[in-house]
Amino acid sequence: MSAPSEPYLRRRIVDVAARGLCVLMTVLAILPLLSLLGYVLKQGLGALSWSFFTELPRPVGEVGGGMANALAGSAILVGLACAIGMPVGILAGVYLAEFGKNRFGNAVRFCADVLSGVPSIAVGVFVYTLVVLTMRRFSALAGGVALGILMLPTVTRTTEELVRLVPDTLREAALALGVPKWRAILRVVLRTALPGIATGMMLAVARAAGETAPLLFTAFNNRFWSASLDKPMASLPVQIFTYAVSPYDDWHRQAWAAALVLVAAVLVLNVAARLVVYGRTAR
Amino acid sequence: MAASTGQAGADAQAAVAVEVNLGDRLFRWGTAAFAAGGVITLGAMAVEMVRASALSLSHFGPGFVTSTDWDPVRELYGALPYIYGTLVSSLLALLIAVPVSLGVAILLSELAPPWLLRPVSFLVELLAAVPSVIFGLWGVFVLTPWLRESVQPPLQSALGFLPFFKGTPRGFGLMAGGLILAIMILPTISSVSREVMRAVPSTLREGALALGATRWEMVRTAVLPYARSGIVGAIILGLGRALGETMAVTMVIGNRAEISASLFAPSYTMASVIANEFTEATGDLHLSALSEVALLLFLVTVALNIVARLLVWRVSRVSR
Repeated sequence: MSAPSEPYLRRRIVDVAARGLCVLMTVLAILPLLSLLGYVLKQGLGALSWSFFTELPRPVGEVGGGMANALAGSAILVGLACAIGMPVGILAGVYLAEFGKNRFGNAVRFCADVLSGVPSIAVGVFVYTLVVLTMRRFSALAGGVALGILMLPTVTRTTEELVRLVPDTLREAALALGVPKWRAILRVVLRTALPGIATGMMLAVARAAGETAPLLFTAFNNRFWSASLDKPMASLPVQIFTYAVSPYDDWHRQAWAAALVLVAAVLVLNVAARLVVYGRTAR
Repeated sequence: MAASTGQAGADAQAAVAVEVNLGDRLFRWGTAAFAAGGVITLGAMAVEMVRASALSLSHFGPGFVTSTDWDPVRELYGALPYIYGTLVSSLLALLIAVPVSLGVAILLSELAPPWLLRPVSFLVELLAAVPSVIFGLWGVFVLTPWLRESVQPPLQSALGFLPFFKGTPRGFGLMAGGLILAIMILPTISSVSREVMRAVPSTLREGALALGATRWEMVRTAVLPYARSGIVGAIILGLGRALGETMAVTMVIGNRAEISASLFAPSYTMASVIANEFTEATGDLHLSALSEVALLLFLVTVALNIVARLLVWRVSRVSR
């Protein structure tokens, strides 16, 4: 603490300077985001057209074409990821919230936290050795597994947090009516926590939809329509990557258009999730 | 049997109780099995990666991390240039991101008026939600041209005598990689530090203010010392993110495996080499070497995460 003899004015100046520095840092933090959103909007709107949503990619040199297959592919991959990651994550979260006050629960929590810090590319390598090498080819299934694993920690911890928020009086009321505990949890507690859990899921989906690295050598890429889970599948982020590092102007335009679609989807999911939470806390 | 009705009732009740217990027990063990899923995944990941890199591990031994030769044609693999690129770009990212994110965290937890909180924290969280490949796209077409034209030439003319700023300003290179990583890990560091600062008991703040401290003196003498280990944890979490971040860095760092002191020089990271070469690996040894790079990355990030979580948990648990 400053010595009492230090002039008050000087301490005031330090205070104002420090506060100003914090504001400056915050502005610096937000500037890149605004620049990024601005460019994605400007370049993306200029490049977006109806054929982007309906046509397949054209071969190099031909102008035009779209990313219809990548859009569908992304939807399928994220759907697969949800089908794998959500049941496991939600039930794990229920366990942690309801029974998890023991060493096993702590271990699970710790592993979920650590798993969320594992680089997504490492998850890709893991799924490659586990699924791709077993099936002997790149496949949508492998991509779905990779995204599902990446979702798992978020879904687990969000569910745990929200199930824990459900007031004990609800549990007690259900139990007092003679409902077995497991049914009370499924029918009363989970149902109460559902809107909140849905919010967490939206954020998890938004994150999975933008993941690129783990898809590079699991779902790989595909220039054609494909809905079969044992074949390579195109996805929006991988397509953006391929096009962005290519030397062709038309592909760059397509990459910006795809970026706009992806950012819009992520943004909508994030804002919607926030609105749900806001609506609940405001009530 | 001629048992009394009372006895039969008690039996029935006991039967129901057993059934209920059975349902509860099944439910408990069932959910526990799913909860084990994350633990098993983590364990399986470690095992699988060691298995996948066994060939390279036995072939090169510890020399893998000290050799600079990476030549699929001669089947020589040494990861030092990638390790160097990863470390330097991540440290550069920390150098930029730590002061900025601490500023944001202090503003959000100690200084900002309530009306400012929601929009600012929303924007910072949005920064965390933007997919990595979009940062890469922006990096390729906006950040690197800007660095090449408006940042690197003046830096060179002012500080060109330093080894860090030598060479042709290309835009693509270590500096672009570090900068884009800084932007991407900033939300992690700032949100975790904010969380930790929030856990500081408000009596400490009130005590400092009551003694006549200004706002900043309160932050410096009451909040920061209490939250210190948690903030260190937040920084380590950010470092873990930076080390493993793949797409954006791959797109801007230049992808050339060389070790140069200059921040203008192109470089290559561990995650990038996996992303670029894994699908085109020329043989078992190549694939195994890439797996070993992934294994190293996995082990380092897991270790960092364990340390960071312990630090953050310690601060936020005490106050709960």
